[in-house]
Parts: sequence; C-alpha cells; structure tokens
Amino acid sequence: MTVESTAARKPRRSAGTRKSPSTKPELVQLLTPEGKRVKNAAYDKYVADITPEELRGLYRDMVLTRRFDAEATSLQRQGELGLWASLLGQEAAQIGSGRALRDDDYVFPTYREHGVAWCRGVDPTNLLGMFRGVNNGGWDPNSNNFHLYTIVIGSQTLHATGYAMGVAKDGADSAVIAYFGDGASSQGDVAESFTFSAVYNAPVVFFCQNNQWAISEPTEKQTRVPLYQRAQGFGFPGVRVDGNDVLASLAVTKWALERARAGEGPTLVEAYTYRMGAHTTSDDPSKYRADEEREAWEAKDPILRLRRYLESSNHADEGFFAELETESEALGRRVREVVRAMPDPDRFAIFEHAYADGHALVDEERAAFAAYQASFADGEGA
Amino acid sequence: MAAEKMALAKAINESLRRALDTDPKVLVMGEDVGKLGGVFRVTDGLQKDFGEDRVIDTPLAESGIVGTAIGLALRGYRPVVEIQFDGFVFPAYDQIVTQLAKMHARSLGKVKMPVVVRIPYGGGIGAVEHHSESPEALFAHVAGLKVVSPSNASDAYWMMQQAIQSDDPVIFFEPKRRYWDKGEVNTEAIPGPLHKAKVVREGTDLTLVAYGPMVKLCQEVADAAAEEGRSLEVVDLRSVSPLDFDSIQASVEKTRRLVVVHEAPVFFGSGAEIAARITERCFYHLEAPVLRVGGYHAPYPPARLEEEYLPGLDRVLDAVDRALAY
Repeated sequence: MTVESTAARKPRRSAGTRKSPSTKPELVQLLTPEGKRVKNAAYDKYVADITPEELRGLYRDMVLTRRFDAEATSLQRQGELGLWASLLGQEAAQIGSGRALRDDDYVFPTYREHGVAWCRGVDPTNLLGMFRGVNNGGWDPNSNNFHLYTIVIGSQTLHATGYAMGVAKDGADSAVIAYFGDGASSQGDVAESFTFSAVYNAPVVFFCQNNQWAISEPTEKQTRVPLYQRAQGFGFPGVRVDGNDVLASLAVTKWALERARAGEGPTLVEAYTYRMGAHTTSDDPSKYRADEEREAWEAKDPILRLRRYLESSNHADEGFFAELETESEALGRRVREVVRAMPDPDRFAIFEHAYADGHALVDEERAAFAAYQASFADGEGA
Repeated sequence: MAAEKMALAKAINESLRRALDTDPKVLVMGEDVGKLGGVFRVTDGLQKDFGEDRVIDTPLAESGIVGTAIGLALRGYRPVVEIQFDGFVFPAYDQIVTQLAKMHARSLGKVKMPVVVRIPYGGGIGAVEHHSESPEALFAHVAGLKVVSPSNASDAYWMMQQAIQSDDPVIFFEPKRRYWDKGEVNTEAIPGPLHKAKVVREGTDLTLVAYGPMVKLCQEVADAAAEEGRSLEVVDLRSVSPLDFDSIQASVEKTRRLVVVHEAPVFFGSGAEIAARITERCFYHLEAPVLRVGGYHAPYPPARLEEEYLPGLDRVLDAVDRALAY
C-alpha cells in the first residue's frame, strides 16, 4: 500500500472547515413561518397574479387534506385500514406543487401523495382501497392523469421519465412530475431517471420531498450534499424550496413546469419539509428521533403560516374558517362511512387481471379454485 | 418478399422492421441498437430507416431501459427493448417483476403493458462470464409476464410479431447460438397461436421436450436414436409461460416417456414444472419417471468447460436410454 492511499483512508478531520460555496443550501421561501410575505426576485412572478380566492383555495386544500389524513390514521387505529402512510406536515409541498399542474400534466406519486391526489380530483376514498386491502390501487390513472401509488421506492421516477419521453415524441407541451423522497434519492432508479431525462431532455419535474426521515434513517444517511445539488452533476438545475411554504412550493413548481414545457428539460425540486408523524402506522418514531426536533418543525407548520398570512392581509374572515371547519368534518364523516361500507373483493378477483390477454395456467387454476369452492356442501365455498 | 431463407437474427430484424413500419407506436430501444445495430446486429439498419426517435440508443442502464419503457407504454407506445445479454438483465429485474408484471393487475385492468423485452440467451458461443445464461425460469415464475423462445427463423419472425401485438409484457428469449441458423420465413403466412407448442418431429417411443436453442439438439438426438431403431417425438414448446401442457400430454399419452431438455440449470428449472404437471396428468400413462437434462447447480462455467455443462447429444441420449430402460 502506498503512502498516498493510506492517507486517503484516514478520516478527513479537516472536512468540516473546508470552504465550498456550492454546498451552502439556499432555500426559496415566500412566506415565513410567521406568515409574512417575503420578496423573491426570481420566483415572485409565478405567484404575482394569485387572487385572495386562490389563496383561500390553497388553504382549504391543505386543511381538507390534513383532515382526510387524520381520518385515515384513525380508521387504521380502529382496524378499518391495515396500514396508513400519513402526509402530516407535508401538505404545503404537495398542495403547492399539485396546484401548479395543468390537467394535461401527468403525476407519478409515491404512496404518500394524498394531497397531490386531492389536487388531481382523485376521490380520497379511492386511495384507501389499497390500505384496507381490497385492491392494490385500482383507480384509473388516465381519468385524472394521476398514476397509481408506487410502493417500491423510486421506481416511478423512471416511469415518469419514460412517460415524459413519450410526451416529447408526441410533440405535446404537457409536463410530467415525479414525486419521491429523500430515501429514494439513494436508489439507482432515481439516478438512472436523472440520466435518461437529461440525455433525452425529457419534460419532467423531479419533486423530492425531503421530509428528513426515511423510516428511521435521517437524510445524513442518504447524502453528503444537499439533495437539490445532485441535479447539477446530471446537467440540469436543482432548487431547494421551503416545503412548508405552499406559495413557494407553487411558484418553484410552476417555474420547473414552465421549463419542461419550453423544451428545457428536467428540473429537480427539493421541497425541504418534515414528516411530522410516523413513517406509517406501523412505525414508532420515538425509537429514533427526539421530540424537540418535531416541536421545532411544529413552529413551521404549513397550514398555520398561511392562516396567519390570510388573516393579516384580510384575505379571509371568520366565516370562511368556520365554514371550512364544517366542510372538513363532513369530509371526515364521508370518508369514515365509505371505508366502513367498502366491501371485500370477490374471491375470484385473485385471477381477474393477472393478464390482459389471458393465460392458460390462470384459467386452469381459476377453474380448480372454483371447483374447490363448489365442493363445499352449501356451495358458498370455504 | 413472401418466402425467403434467412438467418434467425435477420428474421427478428425483418419482424421489427415490419412492426416499426406498420405501427407508429412501436419503438425499439436498448444499448447500441442504433448505428451499430446491436452487438448481434439484430437491429441492423433500423435506426437508419426509422430514425433516432423510434430506434433509440439508450444510456447503459438496464433498469432505466425497462423503467422508461413502462412509462412510454403508459403514454401509449409499444416499446421493444433489448437487454444486451442474458446475464445483464438483473438490474432490470426489479422493474420487470415489481412494475412491468404487476401494473395491469394493480390497475384492475385499466393499464396495459405492451412491452417486449428481448434477451439473447444461452451458451455455446464461447463467451466470457454473464454472456451465456438461461434465466427463463426466473421470469416464468412471475405472474403477469409471458415468456417465449423461438427455435427457428420462421417462429422468430412470427412470434416477434405476436409478442409486439400482445397487450401483456413478453420476455422474448432469443437463442443466441442459433442467430446465424437459416430457415425459411414466409412473411405472408398465417401464424398459429403464440403460446402453442409444435410437434416438430413425430415419434412413438419417447417424447423430447425443448425450446429455443435445444430444439435443434433434440432433433439431432432423434436422428441419432433413429439409427438405433428408436422413434423419438420432439415437441418445441416455443412458450415457457403460458406453457402448453396439453400438447406435451397428448404426446406423452402416445409415447409414455418424457425427457425435458434445457440449458438452464435443472434445479427449479422449467423441466421441474413440466415433470410435476405431466406426472399429475399422465400418471397412468407413464412407463418411466420424467427425466430432465440441463445445466448443473453451479455458476455457468468458463467457456472451455461449457460443452461439459451444456446438454449435448450424448448426455440427452443417455437420458433417453435411462428412460427407455424402465
């Protein structure tokens, strides 16, 4: 072993003091946690014409999404759902980016994009089938241009890239947005999607919600540089936005979508946010993170800050908030009722859609299964 | 062109050309498929004639190739992707198994996945490691995928046409050591069903079942056995999933003996599934246990040893002898 290679293996104690301007994270923020609007020369124009009604709309989206999410968590605790992946804390990142989209844009979500689904007009109760165990998704992706939830981490970024390549081939000016998280940023598929989209100049926005935790692993276990800076190495821009700021999330996503539509290729948006709840209802964050951290992020709550802004700028009155409260409770009630009434699938659904054009073995096994079920005296099966 | 003699690789090339020509949604993508025409020249000249937008040189990333093909299929395209060699498919295995195979079921039938994954496979060409494997059972085990492998030029042409027309994902295993074997291809014929086996040689004493590269070997085995007065029937499966058990059953009910031959390792190979099901279906017809000839449960050996590892004429004849000895 040479002296040189030995040296390279030593811990670099000086690493912390090295100056590197490119690693200083910059955060786009338009609304402070206190609800104060701050100017931003680059991104103000993307929300310059936003009306008070639209601002109230964003607020309503976030409140209803959080209400739906809370109801789903309760339904899991009551045994009505097998599992739930809460988006608590990430409402602004999802609603801001979701409302930046056009109808003809296409969304590739993870399994936590309930707020984006809401923006796309997917009925929230449709999201619950897979968590109740009656299907594995099942909504028609093409009715709302909202793809099925993808559970394997990062896989959908390649689907988004391929879809975007198709959009470009069609000569359409639609854009595609791929959601993923800080954990997914370590997946090879995400790196490959960056490569493919850059090489083909595909109209895709990579929207990474860095919620600081991949189950129990903090972002430091995934990366040594701020995630948005990874884009540079692939040859496209990356930007970090305050993911708890709905206005900034909206503005930055609009900018990225505009680039895609203009044929300028992919963009990476890192929405800096926090997973306020557990990874899923099966997780126990008290095992791996401190309450103080969560409390610090509570002060940056996305809903609270927009409410402060709406109130201080007289864009919403008491009546609006009261009405929304009623609407919110009604949504919770409806979700509860629909889920409780959700029937188990027919047992033959096992075989139903295994293939589009059929398969001899599936036919054979379905027939054997039917014969087995029919062999019971009451004819009702086992 | 109606009937013409051509190499198996050329037949696939002609089939891809026809698909590109008749359906604007068909795309060919993979590593080196453009100017080079693929390392085996299967896509030779296609980019020149159909452009870079339809015959796409991709980055060197198999998961990315299949993952983006899935996205293109969601957009309405019908991608035919090439994995350069059998042993390089594994980076894409996740996308194939967790996404490509399951998307139709996950969407309750609302999304179709008309993607063909072409994989040159098998040994016998003296290649380095990872270039000679037969991973078909790893795909046949996965519901949602269809797995086929032609043994001759005519089947290669027509099965590719049918695979591209399929709304299900098809893993298309191309017997690379037979790429240069010539056969008659009639481009105006009416092909039989994609997933139906063919009896390529009739016989009465024993059935040999094979697919892809081993069909030719089994025909040679049958020739050799005939010299010893034994009449072997050879069934070319063509499709590994679905697998045409009816045709095997019909043959075995006649011959009462079955030997399955494939290059893939015997252990948990497609021969095991065939043996189990045919034993179940033909228990009272069988005069001997179903025997299998294939690769060993060891990593594919260096090329100088591959003739020992791969089923050859003598090893198949030995199995035939053992089956007939019962």
